[in-house]
Amino acid sequence: MASAFSQAALFEAEAEKASARRHRLLSLPALIIIGIFGVLPLLIIVIYSFLAAAPYGGVQWQFSTDAYLNFLFQRDIFDDTLQFTPDFLIIYLRSFVFAVVTTVICLLLGFPTAYFMATRPPAQRNWWVLLITIPFWSNLLVRTLAIMFIIRDEGLINNALMALGVIEKPITMLYTNFAIQLGLLYSFLPFMVLPLYSSLEKLDFRLVEAAYDLYATRRQVLWRVIIPLSLPGIIAGCLLVFIPALGAYVTPLILGGGIHLMIGDLIAQQFGSGRNWPLGCAQALILMAAVLVALYFYVRNTSGKMRHG
Amino acid sequence: MPDHPGKSAIEVRGVRKVFGTGDAQVAALDTVSVSIRENEFFTLLGPSGCGKTTLLRLIAGFDFPSEGEILLYGQDIAPLPPFKRPVNTVFQSYALFPHMTVAENIGFGLEMLGKPKAEIKARVAEMLKLVKMEALSARRTSQISGGQQQRVALARALAPQPKVLLLDEPLSALDYKLRKEMQIELKRLQHQTGITFIFVTHDQEEALTMSDRIAVMSAGKILQVGTPWDIYDKPAERFVADFIGETNFLTAAITDIGNGKARATLKSGATIDATVAEGFQPKDNATVVVRPEHAKLTSGKGDLSGTIENIVYFGTDTHIHVQLDSGEAFTVRQQNTRSAGCGFERGDKVGVSIGNDAAQVLRD
Repeated sequence: MASAFSQAALFEAEAEKASARRHRLLSLPALIIIGIFGVLPLLIIVIYSFLAAAPYGGVQWQFSTDAYLNFLFQRDIFDDTLQFTPDFLIIYLRSFVFAVVTTVICLLLGFPTAYFMATRPPAQRNWWVLLITIPFWSNLLVRTLAIMFIIRDEGLINNALMALGVIEKPITMLYTNFAIQLGLLYSFLPFMVLPLYSSLEKLDFRLVEAAYDLYATRRQVLWRVIIPLSLPGIIAGCLLVFIPALGAYVTPLILGGGIHLMIGDLIAQQFGSGRNWPLGCAQALILMAAVLVALYFYVRNTSGKMRHG
Repeated sequence: MPDHPGKSAIEVRGVRKVFGTGDAQVAALDTVSVSIRENEFFTLLGPSGCGKTTLLRLIAGFDFPSEGEILLYGQDIAPLPPFKRPVNTVFQSYALFPHMTVAENIGFGLEMLGKPKAEIKARVAEMLKLVKMEALSARRTSQISGGQQQRVALARALAPQPKVLLLDEPLSALDYKLRKEMQIELKRLQHQTGITFIFVTHDQEEALTMSDRIAVMSAGKILQVGTPWDIYDKPAERFVADFIGETNFLTAAITDIGNGKARATLKSGATIDATVAEGFQPKDNATVVVRPEHAKLTSGKGDLSGTIENIVYFGTDTHIHVQLDSGEAFTVRQQNTRSAGCGFERGDKVGVSIGNDAAQVLRD
């Protein structure tokens, strides 16, 4: 009897191992893709960031921490001393401000939109989701160029305002910080609305009724019930907007006209006209590290709030 | 406890509620008027879709009437939002806040009213004690059982001391035994707090055992309002008689109407006394109802005669289904004893005698 039992247990353990093997096999294609296109390039970037720049682009196989030093300091041409130059840091800080402002405004615009969508009759909701995704149907570059045509000096807005006699001279909007900000907002708003919607759609609106019933005003219901319960969607939306906004490349390039740089443009420059690949790699890695640190504090802070209401 | 003895706490006057527009319009409530007394356990009873929950939602303020007034101690509250009404609700789904603890849930209403922290704390403690949940005050609502959630929902709604407590089928999610316990618990809480309870249910037994008065609803209308005894023994309409308990319907010729009484001549030729609802003038032909437990089977001649079709044993009693010679069906409920069977067998020719004051003339 005992041996029969242990035999059965052995078979079971075997079967479990086999099923575990099968499950690992299932993840193999994804792992291969991540390995080739994710881990490998990252490794190359890390290695390149510690090499010296070749004069006409590319790298020289020679260990160097110049790329990281160059991020904050400039080597004096004459006496070879390091001098603090905050130029890159300022671009990083500006990008950070752009990304934060984009995230906050997207949240302020996206939350009411998502709430509106989530409170439509179920049959209508999918149509609203479809409408929100319309921008994805065309290329981001084309859409950004369209913004250019709307806000440039002879663009739609200026022409309309001048025709109406509101202004005499066109307001310069293109190639300003305002243009970059507008472009970022436009590009990333759907990424805020969709996770917020999926979170609010799951919200039990009987809880909202219960709060109203217990003397909560509309504002109190929002702060005490709706927002805490849709926090997962708020976190997801903020991450999906903040991270890509921080590294945005096309939008600031076109709408900022290459004058007001953001991190993405700065990094791209190192591989183009800057001809300093190690510096570009270092800048990319510093951005990654900054995002990781910011994420850590953000998630720790918000999930703590979720737990304690 | 009642400050205005005998006064009505809630007065619903000519309330209509229409959902939808144009051709798709549906009247969920069709000109309903009812007065609910202070400190009363009042039940809205009816099948699903009869409008009972709609009426409750109008009183709570989640919906607004298309027509009519709802008075709370004489003041029209129909246009007020829920947070301006001193009325609280216990929801069918409990609707406890999942991101708050038991104590935070109970204190929520007081907090929203801007009460001082010390007062909230004391009141929450009092409420926890009232519903016997002191030990679990720091738990999340997802970490307690259905019956405990029910208690928290009650405590949360009672904590702000509402003038009226609304209960929307609060016991329907509980299993039979727990439901029985909570029925008693609810009655105790109502006595202890002295708050007017308006209770919605589709369970006739629950309504009969708990209520001071019941309003039976169907298709957006209130058909009859009365004590459980009134509703059960003197149903005014076929729907009420049929919905509550089991009953027998007999066609009869009505004569000698007066003083709430009449003589009913049944198809068998026998004539019995029957009661008539106040203010109702029956036609010559009407339906009378007799409850199964108010009739007796005899082996000799009774008011009715027929053949036993089926005998069903129920433990406490036995239901004997008789096919009457007139073609109508009639059920008699007979109390069981330990010593013997019911004394009849299928196919027996029997008489049915109807007790004094057992028949009621229906309005239909």
